[in-house]
Amino acid sequence: MHTRRLEWIIERALFVCAALSVLTTAGIILVLAVETFEFLREVPVAEFLTGTEWTPLFATPRFGVLPLVAGTLLVSAIAMVVALPMGLLSAIYLSEYAPDGVRRIVKPVLEVLAGVPTVVYGYFALMFVTPLLQRVFPQMSGFNALSPGIVMGIMILPLVSSLSEDAMRAVPRGLREGAYALGATRMQTALQIVVPAAFSGITAAFILAVSRAVGETMIVAIAAGQQPRLTANPFVPLETMTAYIVQVSLGDTPQGTLEYRTIFAVGMLLFLMTFGLNLVSTWLRERFREVYS
Amino acid sequence: MKHRADALFRTVALGTLLLALAALGALVYDIVSGGIGRLNWQFLTSMASRRPEDAGIYHALAGSIWVIVLTGALALPLGVAAAVYLEEYGGRSRVARLIEINIANLAAVPSIIYGLLGLGVFVRVMGMGRSVLAGACTLALLALPVVILSTREALRTVPGSIREGSYALGATKWQTIWYQVLPMALPGILTGLILSLSRAIGETAPLITIGALTYIPFAPDGPWSPFTVLPIQIFNWVSRPQAAFKENAAAGILVLMALLLLMNLIAVFLRDRFQRQGRT
Repeated sequence: MHTRRLEWIIERALFVCAALSVLTTAGIILVLAVETFEFLREVPVAEFLTGTEWTPLFATPRFGVLPLVAGTLLVSAIAMVVALPMGLLSAIYLSEYAPDGVRRIVKPVLEVLAGVPTVVYGYFALMFVTPLLQRVFPQMSGFNALSPGIVMGIMILPLVSSLSEDAMRAVPRGLREGAYALGATRMQTALQIVVPAAFSGITAAFILAVSRAVGETMIVAIAAGQQPRLTANPFVPLETMTAYIVQVSLGDTPQGTLEYRTIFAVGMLLFLMTFGLNLVSTWLRERFREVYS
Repeated sequence: MKHRADALFRTVALGTLLLALAALGALVYDIVSGGIGRLNWQFLTSMASRRPEDAGIYHALAGSIWVIVLTGALALPLGVAAAVYLEEYGGRSRVARLIEINIANLAAVPSIIYGLLGLGVFVRVMGMGRSVLAGACTLALLALPVVILSTREALRTVPGSIREGSYALGATKWQTIWYQVLPMALPGILTGLILSLSRAIGETAPLITIGALTYIPFAPDGPWSPFTVLPIQIFNWVSRPQAAFKENAAAGILVLMALLLLMNLIAVFLRDRFQRQGRT
């Protein structure tokens, strides 16, 4: 009897620990929602979501979030232009061409690339990539979207590559052998058989990569500048949603003020964007699993 | 013709891969050449200073170690307990499935959002202030999904026959887990923990968001002390216009990378050692 009760207590305690993760999600949503609600009582939703000026720290504050969203999307788009083709090509090479020995060496090195702290990438973007790019584009400012975008792409590349490779390696061998038997080359097999068969897994990897780029903070906080600007020009300083949160956190804006609440409102928007992307990615991967299991 | 296309494609694919590796090489070269000249005993043992040549990394290194040890102390029991529940008890129940989906989603939430959570809950509601403890709690929540996932993997490697043997000898479920399953899974669990901590130690954004200070000329002396960490100190130095501070930043990065390397070596060593014990 005594043992049985103890067993029951232990099981309950373990359950509480597991449920802590649900509490974390609830906590995130609650904290963001409460402060965003307070913020939206003073700033109309329409002004927040469609305004084209973001100057919350000025004497006449304007709370249009679009410049921050545009900055985030521009840097993320540049990162994707680097990470998607390079990640996919690396994955094709590793999955379809590379001998085992090469794969055993290259994969851990790519993991190192994924494990480098983001503040280090920020330093790399500001001190190495920007000066290099300025030689090619002399009109480029010291802070810009291009350099952090490229570096972010390099940072995300291992994620795209390893998830895409997993998806491609899950494609049954028989499909490849069928293609070879019909006289297809490795390239034809890779591009016309393996990639289409692994398409939903690869798409899931791409979407997860976009989500990672949107939420990435330190690279842009260091190398993109702190000027909210509605622009598609990759050579001028701008500010992303994440960099704005960092900027306010570093300053001495008093807690409880409207300016202070902006970081939670921006955070809420960021959370909803990444959460939506993650859900789509998970859904795609689940669907993908059904096909070959 | 089509074989030439194939050869060309292969070269392009290999070229992209090499380009990615070259980027890593450039990164390492840039940091080593930028910081190695600044790395000396004075740099390791000095505190923050307004003069770049007097500034050091000691306070930030101490802060990072304080935060990461506390983070591990919080994340290990919570993560292992959650993983044991999901793997050994939860089964296929609806609630367990819900928790699983939730953990997978949490793993993909941007780290800066965890910073806002920590600011709202630990710093303000729970009144921890901008302390080492608040930072560790925030990073522990951030590390938990990875600790849980790697612990579950480790638990899954323990063969079912071990559990059945234990039950046959009259052990209860918890006795089986505590005396048989967990010791066998320990190397995997510890490796996963250290790897997740090595990610947490490089985190900057969530700690800036909870209000860890960027300028602090002393090392923390307890869980309630204000603090800074290596990545925040590096960020602070990078953000200053003077070249001398940039050099400090590169040297700081070298210290951070050395710490990361050390943690990874410990993980490899632990796995190796426990595996050998398990065999004898």
